[in-house]
Amino acid sequence: MFDDAIALLKGFWTTVKYTARPAVTIQYPDVKRKPADKYRGRHRLYKTDEGLERCIGCSLCAAACPSQAIYVRAAENDPNNPVSPGERYAADYEINMIRCIFCGFCEEACPVDAIKLGPEYELADFDRKDFVYTKEMLLDPARNAPKIQYHADVDRSTDFRGVHTTLNGVYRTHHPIGAPDTRPRIDDAGHEPGPAGEEHGPVQAGAKPAGPEEAR
Amino acid sequence: MFDPFNLTVSVVLSLIIIFGLLTTMAYMTWFERRVISRLQARIGPNKTGWEGLLQPLADAVKLFFKEDIRPVMSDRLLYVVAPAISLFAALAAFAVIPVGGIVSIAGNNIALQVADLPVGVVYLLAASSLGVYGLVLGGWGSGSKYSLLGALRAAAQVVSYELILGISIVSVVIVSGSLSLQGIVAAQASSAWYVLLQPVAFVLFMIAGVAETNRAPFDLPEAESELVAGYHTEYSGMRFAMYFIAEYVAMISMSAVAATLFFGGWTFPFLPGGPWWLILKMLFFLFLFVWLRATLPRLRYDQLMRLCWAILLPIGLLNVAITAIIVAAIG
Repeated sequence: MFDDAIALLKGFWTTVKYTARPAVTIQYPDVKRKPADKYRGRHRLYKTDEGLERCIGCSLCAAACPSQAIYVRAAENDPNNPVSPGERYAADYEINMIRCIFCGFCEEACPVDAIKLGPEYELADFDRKDFVYTKEMLLDPARNAPKIQYHADVDRSTDFRGVHTTLNGVYRTHHPIGAPDTRPRIDDAGHEPGPAGEEHGPVQAGAKPAGPEEAR
Repeated sequence: MFDPFNLTVSVVLSLIIIFGLLTTMAYMTWFERRVISRLQARIGPNKTGWEGLLQPLADAVKLFFKEDIRPVMSDRLLYVVAPAISLFAALAAFAVIPVGGIVSIAGNNIALQVADLPVGVVYLLAASSLGVYGLVLGGWGSGSKYSLLGALRAAAQVVSYELILGISIVSVVIVSGSLSLQGIVAAQASSAWYVLLQPVAFVLFMIAGVAETNRAPFDLPEAESELVAGYHTEYSGMRFAMYFIAEYVAMISMSAVAATLFFGGWTFPFLPGGPWWLILKMLFFLFLFVWLRATLPRLRYDQLMRLCWAILLPIGLLNVAITAIIVAAIG
């Protein structure tokens, strides 16, 4: 019984001792702790030392993305005035940050280290559409990441990866499912735009001829 | 008996005490959160106003504007009345606490006590046990299983620990020879604080007092890890606030009773007495309540019952017997 009483007093002494310790609380809005080096926050797109965009528009990040948050539309580089070091570059690069789960697979999938997840974590905003981050915002968030942006390709794009999903409205450049794609085909620069009603231009354009060619 | 002047004095005094209690209760929440934070190496609410002093106000405003939800399965009358019973009982208990001695205002002698009942101690026990009706009826009236379980626990716990509370007070009454709280304070002023004469009774009283107010580590009626929130699970908004206020006011009242019965109330040895001593002593006990909550984990239900019936009750009875024998022997 006396042991119990002593144990009780020890407990009380323990809590009192803690008052002498500095509080572990970090007063968040006033004091911001530095995230870990490997913290996966807001994505960044990087440029080469020459100032070219590293992204070659291969869409591997989009393929790796488990929540289908990334949309890439590739375009051919103009050899005289290249945007990226490769043959193609990302004409559109969008990440829907509401879908993103910050797993970092895009970073792992990227063959040219174009995309990395940075330390920034204060991503709250008021409007759903403001969470679709464009290439400009991702390349230079300091300058191009305001809350409201305008994208020229609104309602003028293909479905993601040529698959009809229920992502209607998820992408800024998404056009209504089933609607004809009248968008000029940027990837086949110089060619005539595809026939009206042909969907999924850029992604399927490479895949379509594959069948007959293999047969030959 | 009817005297307009005394009536006015009583009403004014009651209003002052009720207002004081409610204000103290509001700042008790702030005090508790800050102190418990320090005891756990945290900071606690410090943003709303200077050092978070406006936090109780913000909480009150929030609770006022919350939706008042009444479950379909609830008993309309009981559900509405129960929190009021709790609050009333908690506030009523303070009526017999002597806040100070007799002061002269404009030639009139006024006792700083709402009602100096000759059986103040009995009234105190009655008022504190009335509170359990609020818990039981609220739990029953909610029509929810968690509320009902919480109410069952509350009933069993409060009824059991009432006994310990009563027994510990009985030994105080034997020593002082008075059932009036003012008399007990006077008896302590002429001898010594009863915490010295009756240390066992004091420990029993504190344990029973904590259990009676359903505070940690005896907060089984509202054990959030088992019963969501116990008897007030279904309550929201101001009705919930009434239970909340009742709990804190009961805590304050219990502190005042402890200070009065065992620490000389509003008096202090060799120094002029006054309400400030009572307030100081109450602050000590309120800190004790918070300290307890920060330190001890909740008891299991069987532990709670064993502690009451198998440990505290025999000790209490023994204490009363010994006290009675000694008092009789001394004369």
